[in-house]
Amino acid sequence: MTKQHANWSPYDNNGGTCVAIAGSDYCVIAADTRMSTGYSILSRDYSKIHKLADKAVLSSSGFQADVKALQKVLKSRHLIYQHQHNKQMSCPAMAQLLSNTLYFKRFFPYYAFNVLGGLDAEGKGCVFTYDAVGSYEKVGYSAQGSGSTLIMPFLDNQLKSPSPLLLPAQDSITPLSEAEAVDLVKTVFASATERDIYTGDKLEIMILKADGIKTELIDLRKD
Amino acid sequence: MKLDTSGFETTMPMIGFGSNNDMLDGFCSVPSFDLPRTTDFDGFQKEAVQMVKPAKGTTTLAFIFKEGVMVAADSRASMGGYISSQSVKKIIEINPYMLGTMAGGAADCQFWHRNLGIKCRLHQLANKRRISVSGASKLLANMLYSYRGMGLSVGTMIAGWDETGPGLYYVDNEGGRLKGDRFSVGSGSPYAYGVLDSGYKFDMSVEEALELARRSIYHATFRDGASGGVASVYHVGPNGWKKLSGDDVGELHYHYYPVAPATAEHVMEEAAE
Repeated sequence: MTKQHANWSPYDNNGGTCVAIAGSDYCVIAADTRMSTGYSILSRDYSKIHKLADKAVLSSSGFQADVKALQKVLKSRHLIYQHQHNKQMSCPAMAQLLSNTLYFKRFFPYYAFNVLGGLDAEGKGCVFTYDAVGSYEKVGYSAQGSGSTLIMPFLDNQLKSPSPLLLPAQDSITPLSEAEAVDLVKTVFASATERDIYTGDKLEIMILKADGIKTELIDLRKD
Repeated sequence: MKLDTSGFETTMPMIGFGSNNDMLDGFCSVPSFDLPRTTDFDGFQKEAVQMVKPAKGTTTLAFIFKEGVMVAADSRASMGGYISSQSVKKIIEINPYMLGTMAGGAADCQFWHRNLGIKCRLHQLANKRRISVSGASKLLANMLYSYRGMGLSVGTMIAGWDETGPGLYYVDNEGGRLKGDRFSVGSGSPYAYGVLDSGYKFDMSVEEALELARRSIYHATFRDGASGGVASVYHVGPNGWKKLSGDDVGELHYHYYPVAPATAEHVMEEAAE
């Protein structure tokens, strides 16, 4: 019998790749700025990085409508937190909030592949990586999105940090300097752009440090 | 040729009449939960299902012995053939005297274990004493039973020490709950059971039990592609749990099977050929 397919899917994939690297006193969050649907490009200038708090920046690829909805929910929850606690949320707190927010839509998920980057209470960089329904893990670096399978093996090769599960415990922070990390991110995106059709146009890099956030915008291949 | 359709009769709920019979084609054993009102079950929200596809590849084990409970797990998460992480915490610390293991959907296990931790703490505050392992596992099992059929994937073991001594329960997403003294869950569990069952003695010391647990996980990661990363082992005693070891299984391999170094003469002979 012929299968009947649904006429309509609530989801779409707008492509793109996000990367974050944690350092000893900084965190680098980067994403390309291409937004596509199928084989068409919708925008060459779409930012996938969103600042949630002074010390927490979210970058998400996937279905950008769901990403926008997710950002709105987190922003309003953060505002409530600030009213109730008279301070900004820390990055680990935001990480758990994001996990719970994603899980509460377990049966109709947000199609968002998130990487949360920021600084923890001691000022060290931290990166949290998520799946679509909220399982999360603190890591030293991560890549999500259409180019993640191209980028992760390279980051593993360059940055492989000891697992946080090892005993005696070893730090999972990258020994790289900030300039080296930014350079690595540029290299990694240049390579991903070559082989992933959904990644390209421009690269937006946000560098989070205790004294503030710096943003860089670099050109990538537009084909 | 008359096909035997007796398998279709029993548990299939009545979805429609007459022309909807094309749904039955291709179905062998029908699960007994609500099905969506559509003719294409495989494609229903397929994208969403694929996205949420749980990481079932894992090896976790736990066993009770004279000195308490030993809990061990690997740390690999796989999405289809891609290894999404080699450092997943599969042993979840519910509270200082109870542990839960993760197998199945990572988000499901993380969320429901966190939720269980909250419930256990509330119980402790309301009743002025710690919840038993039996009670905690029942809370979790009942919670999962109410979500039965909705696609949660949880295969967990609750291990702890309460007033009755060491306790170990297996709880899964069907709402099933089993009390036992030896369990292994996950795609690598057959391999782990082999090593665990052959080496198990109730009267082991903590060091012997630690070595047995670590070796069982190592052997499972060796043969099962979906298991790997770091083998963590925890011990639950009368004063709570303590993490005893965390070893990269790649290094464990050479620890158990060291490579004999080649001598210089061999190298020169090969060059001459």
